[in-house]
Amino acid sequence: MKELIKRLVETFGPSGDELAVRELIRGEIEDQVDQIEVDTMGNLIALKKGQDDSNKVMLAAHMDEIGLIATHIEEEGFIRFSNVGGVSPYNLLGERVLFNGETIGVIDKEGKLDDISKLKHDKMYVDIGATTQEEAEEKIKIGDTATYYRQLDLVGNRLVAKGLDDRAGCAVLIETIKQLTEQPTFDTYFVFTVQEEVGTRGAITSSYGINPDVGIAVDLTLTGDTPEAKRMAVSLGEGPAIKVKDRSVLVNPQLKNLMIDLAEENEIPYQLEVLDRGGTDTGRMQLSREGAIAGAISIPGRYVHSPSEMIDLTDLENSIKLLSEILQSDYQGLF
Amino acid sequence: MFLKQLSEAVGVSGREAEVRDLIREEIKDDVDRIETDALGNLIAFKEGKPEQPTVLLAAHMDEIGLMITDITDDGLLKFKPIGGIDKRILVSKEVVVGPDQIPGVIGAKAIHLQESDERKKPLDYGELYIDIGTKEKEESEKLVELGMMATFATEFEQLGTATVKGKAFDDRVGCAALIELLQQEHQLSIIAAFTVQEEIGLRGASVVAYDLDPDLALVVEGTSASDVPDTKEAGYSTQLGAGPALTIQDSSLIPSQPVVNKLIEVADQNDIPYQFRKLTRAGTDAGALHLTKEGIRTAVISMPCRYIHSPASLLNLNDYQATVELLTKFCQDMEEGGLADEGVN
Repeated sequence: MKELIKRLVETFGPSGDELAVRELIRGEIEDQVDQIEVDTMGNLIALKKGQDDSNKVMLAAHMDEIGLIATHIEEEGFIRFSNVGGVSPYNLLGERVLFNGETIGVIDKEGKLDDISKLKHDKMYVDIGATTQEEAEEKIKIGDTATYYRQLDLVGNRLVAKGLDDRAGCAVLIETIKQLTEQPTFDTYFVFTVQEEVGTRGAITSSYGINPDVGIAVDLTLTGDTPEAKRMAVSLGEGPAIKVKDRSVLVNPQLKNLMIDLAEENEIPYQLEVLDRGGTDTGRMQLSREGAIAGAISIPGRYVHSPSEMIDLTDLENSIKLLSEILQSDYQGLF
Repeated sequence: MFLKQLSEAVGVSGREAEVRDLIREEIKDDVDRIETDALGNLIAFKEGKPEQPTVLLAAHMDEIGLMITDITDDGLLKFKPIGGIDKRILVSKEVVVGPDQIPGVIGAKAIHLQESDERKKPLDYGELYIDIGTKEKEESEKLVELGMMATFATEFEQLGTATVKGKAFDDRVGCAALIELLQQEHQLSIIAAFTVQEEIGLRGASVVAYDLDPDLALVVEGTSASDVPDTKEAGYSTQLGAGPALTIQDSSLIPSQPVVNKLIEVADQNDIPYQFRKLTRAGTDAGALHLTKEGIRTAVISMPCRYIHSPASLLNLNDYQATVELLTKFCQDMEEGGLADEGVN
């Protein structure tokens, strides 16, 4: 599990350039699913046939991570950039980044900027060690993207890495496929989506193509368990968070209750999640075509969107257990 | 050039009929079929050979403007903005109101009558009005109804040797380029979508491609140019005269990388100048188009326009010609099998 997550988070995959992550995941699962394809947007869609094909279940975890995009190359070889998804300029100060999965750069701000509260992306630059524009252009073109450059570390029983949002969710889907002991109840589509961080876009087209009856996202959520944190009743290590609400969705109460019942029956610890910031692929699945019953299993995460996101290993294991129980349940109360 | 008629035609978001009629008349002999959908999008089909791909080209017909929301007892017209308008540019501009293009002037208190404080801040919509030369409400009501749209009364004209001035270049320049493509002979199939209501939220483009099944889509736009004093080069969005601008990313779209790479390759092979749009904010019809049903591979080609969304934008004609050339050569490359084997990214 830890080894799989290490490979997932250390693979380059900002929104719009998920190819390497997709190929990694495809290699992990293609022998264990009944059908696998990539759609126009780049979503990886894998089907595990169910005992009953009267309903379709879609699971969504996004492959993309936040990053940067090169917008201009200075005469001296410095790269100017804009953000891809929600990247705080404060998190970038002093940070190392990786362009195109191969070129390392370091970030600083313009020297004259003294008031740190005015820090914005357009006052910063990446230094890739080039001394001229020509030299820089041998490695980087305008429009090329970068991610944080960090490795995964185990800290106590907790994982620290960039890109756990949402490679941790990808790992939950992959491990669920591997650990399923019997066929799922219904036809189940494991979808590894693209471009979540720039507006949950991959989920729009993949939901349309699959037209699911039930949609369940697996994604990171925030916690309220750090010093002087904003109030939020989710903590690291206390189990998967069953989503009730985020900005994209009000979860179907029958699906939420099904998850709670299955967690209690199987003695899986769980929490309830009300996220007042951020949306997820959940909302897209719910509103596709004529609508779907939608919910989410959220993995509690600290320092989300920073170079050092933190999750708890037991939360991951319990997320896999809960998801497996759902897929093999009779979906009582839903239909 | 036909851009003159397009620029001078009136078509504020939601009221695109005049522009639509003008385009339909211009292209009717060059295409196989023309449809208008429920929202007002004009869709022209130019059939190619059966084994050839289908390219969807899209440009929006609508322009920003003002909606008449009230008529005062003195006959003055109160209004609200439609689309992104900088209210600081409104005062004293000449406008035309409604389908009959009633001329008017955006009025406000003259400088002599203002207190010194008033001169320091831009006039808000509450303080601005359109004066159509009437004396009272009843007289105005014979000419104007609530809900009518007003736009700038700007004549199209050439400045210097290679620059033209006009209103609504966003996106009549795109409409003009699409029309030129339709007037050429092609082996591939072209669907040209002239969309409505882009300026208020990509609304026409959200529905236009639902019944179409193109292999890819190119959105042709007029975009902001910021190569003006007080802007550092790193902060330029685009530059006038440097060729069509390719979008690397904006608020609505990450373009299809194979399509962008092909555009670059075609431009390089044919010595067509191009640049990148360095601004990653704002959006275009591509944002809605590429998410239609199961997704459409989409890219954006923009012509830089200075002073966009104002009464007078400037366009470099070389940029326009290079854009038409790039679209033409791109279509030819597609006819020769370009992009046929490309994956998603």
